[in-house]
Amino acid sequence: MLDIRDLSVVFTDRKEPFTAVEKFNLQMDAGEVVGVVGESGSGKSMTAHALMGIIRNPRAHITGQALFEGVDLLSLSPRQLREYQGDELSIIFQEPMTSLNPTMRVGRQVEEALRIHGRLSPAERKARALETMALAGLPDPEAVWNAWPHELSGGMRQRAMIAAALVLRPQLLIADEPTTALDVTIQMQILETLKDINRKEGVAILFISHDLAVVRALCSRVVVMKEGRIVESGPVDEVFRHPREDYTKLLISSRPTRTKLKGGASRD
Amino acid sequence: MRKNWYLRIGGALSLLMLIFCAVGLFWTPHDPSAISAADRYALPSPAHLFGCDALGRDIFSRVLQGAAATLTIALAVLAIGAVCGLVIGGLCGYFGGAADAIVMRLCDAIAAFPSVLLALVVMALTGAGRYHLIFALGVLFIPSFARLVRGEFLRQRDLDYVKSARLMGVSPLRIVFVHILPNTFPVLLSGLTIGFNNAVLAEASMSFLGIGVTPQDPSLGYMLSEAQGYLLKTPWYAGFLALTTILLILGVGLLGEGIRSETGVEA
Amino acid sequence: MAKAAVKRVALLLATLLLVTLLAYAAFSVIPGDPTHTILGLDATEEQIAALRKELGLDLPVWQRYVNWLTDFLHGDLGKSYKFNMPVADLLAPRVQATLTLTAVSFALIVVISIPLGIVAARFRGGFVDRAITVLTQVTMSIPNFIMGIGVMFLFALVLHIFQPTYVSPEAGLAAHLWFMFFPALAVALPKSAMAVRLLRGAILGELDKDYVRTAYSKGNATGAVLRRHVLRNAMIPVVTFLAMTIADIVAASIVVEQVFTIPGLGQMLITCIGKRDYAVVQAIVVILAVVVVGCNFLADALYRVMDPRIDGR
Repeated sequence: MLDIRDLSVVFTDRKEPFTAVEKFNLQMDAGEVVGVVGESGSGKSMTAHALMGIIRNPRAHITGQALFEGVDLLSLSPRQLREYQGDELSIIFQEPMTSLNPTMRVGRQVEEALRIHGRLSPAERKARALETMALAGLPDPEAVWNAWPHELSGGMRQRAMIAAALVLRPQLLIADEPTTALDVTIQMQILETLKDINRKEGVAILFISHDLAVVRALCSRVVVMKEGRIVESGPVDEVFRHPREDYTKLLISSRPTRTKLKGGASRD
Repeated sequence: MRKNWYLRIGGALSLLMLIFCAVGLFWTPHDPSAISAADRYALPSPAHLFGCDALGRDIFSRVLQGAAATLTIALAVLAIGAVCGLVIGGLCGYFGGAADAIVMRLCDAIAAFPSVLLALVVMALTGAGRYHLIFALGVLFIPSFARLVRGEFLRQRDLDYVKSARLMGVSPLRIVFVHILPNTFPVLLSGLTIGFNNAVLAEASMSFLGIGVTPQDPSLGYMLSEAQGYLLKTPWYAGFLALTTILLILGVGLLGEGIRSETGVEA
Repeated sequence: MAKAAVKRVALLLATLLLVTLLAYAAFSVIPGDPTHTILGLDATEEQIAALRKELGLDLPVWQRYVNWLTDFLHGDLGKSYKFNMPVADLLAPRVQATLTLTAVSFALIVVISIPLGIVAARFRGGFVDRAITVLTQVTMSIPNFIMGIGVMFLFALVLHIFQPTYVSPEAGLAAHLWFMFFPALAVALPKSAMAVRLLRGAILGELDKDYVRTAYSKGNATGAVLRRHVLRNAMIPVVTFLAMTIADIVAASIVVEQVFTIPGLGQMLITCIGKRDYAVVQAIVVILAVVVVGCNFLADALYRVMDPRIDGR
């Protein structure tokens, strides 16, 4: 389904060209769950954003290929790429607090992809969105439909993000550190939900995290990144049990504790 | 670092205009109020750089004189507003409490009104004249400075260097004026440029309305009201006055913009 | 919500009361007795005492304030000694001129600044953006009255597009509005420049936020991201600014009315300050103060309506 070949991202807006991602390779089958781990700044999020086509810095040079069902996403025009964004491919982000538009009701944001890729009537859209919200584990979707983002808890917002990303049942969901900003208990619930969605709907998930333990709970395979490069990859249990690289050992042993990241409920 | 064009152009233009205005304080090529029937409506020439007005007065000299008057008034207004605002804002910001709440409410209320409007009211009560104008505008400019300085002090008072000074037993007044004050410099500098422009603007508007300076010491605004009457015959009179006013405001505005982008201070 | 709204309105009324009190107090401390102005200096004691009683000047200050306020609310704004007619009758025709000027100016500001702000932000760093930046910087530096003189010179004296004498609505609404367009331009241009910069900055600020990335990831084109997501958020500070601007427009109108000799409130204010006709000055000041307080209230209310994150507090 997905075949990434030699994906590189180079920024030329600093004094020295900065290589954020270098020759990233990955194959994924439909319905597979693959993890990408690495410390912050290792290029894992950048890989995801490049794949999704949402790096808007004009000084970012993206090379290589990302074949999705045989079509190279990286060579598509913006207009062609938009056909895929939010439809076949979708993404959820680390900060559910700020990733939702504060002045748009949650329901409208969940159904937005349906609206953009316009296939259904308003009533059908709403029914589909409510159904997806239930799938994403939102209790009482009707009530959440009319809520403003700031009225929801962090976990609920992330579920709303998941619903918005899944509303068109994409083939691939990119989850960019979706639980990092959440409390541990909420984190586990969200992971369960993602697992469920993968099982029930067959959505493949590319799961980005700095936490090997989380990746182990969810993924079948894992890719370890350091300073923009893949240093190790393989079935998750194998990598966990017999890490070849010191860096991977370090990631396993350090068992990063979750510090609550910046960006609480307030947006200035 | 990227070249800061705002700072360069603004700095150069401000300096040029300030020198121009300052020259008028000490020297003009002709007596600005000397009337000469022969030179009425004279076009610009080497003898009269900017020509002459309806009474045959040298326009270049008048512009210099007006610019000097405007500069003096603006600086005096700024001095009153900034010094009083600094003291009030500094004390309120550092000490807080009920007095702070009341004073700031008052400042908010005054700042909500356009300054020209309030100045008109004050001038209606005191009558026209340079010193009345300076007083009226100066007092009305205090709140905006007080608010600016207070915000900065509020931010600074919990920083480590202030805490350690407090632990070392430095007196509060000394902390306010010796320790914190120099650190508010970037914000203050940016505020001064905005205040200067508002002062020039307010003075010019008031004098244009005939409620600012008296005809004995004309400023740019007053002369503009005079020049408007001769817009057809000597358009360059109004033109040079307008240009001087605009360049002065533009220069200082750019300078402020440059200072803000250099120091990261928000407007 | 309803409770919060009641509280806001109560606060508004309290502010208005305070403002009228201050305006009243300011004009009560003026030295000089109006009886001298009316009767002349050689009036007898009895005449003065009788007039003082008639004018209510023998009452304590607070009572005079209450009487004055009551009269004011009933439309009795006092009497002009110089024009020898009720202030209300004197001002009524002038309110219309100022109101029209303010309305046309406000409309111009909205029409000029919103498209330019969006265009500048959309093509950030490009030629158009730079041109707009330079233009706004210069325009912002031009005082309203100089802009007025410039507009007058260019359009009336050089291009002869309009006659520089006031055209009243009696001469036809179209002719009246056509004339008012030019002073309104002088009022609006400097303010528009500020609004353009504010809107451009607000849009650029919003574009850096995470929800924009989300919007793009759903397959929105740039135009749709701006229209559907960014604009509403970016407009919050701009709408607040525009509402507060009305007060500044009124202040600028006073000056520009003088340039174009429009018989409005501003011109009346200046005339009466010159003539020391304080009853008129006081009435105009109170009217303008009410406008300013009202605009601030409006700005605050709009802000609350537009930003769902602000709960009624």
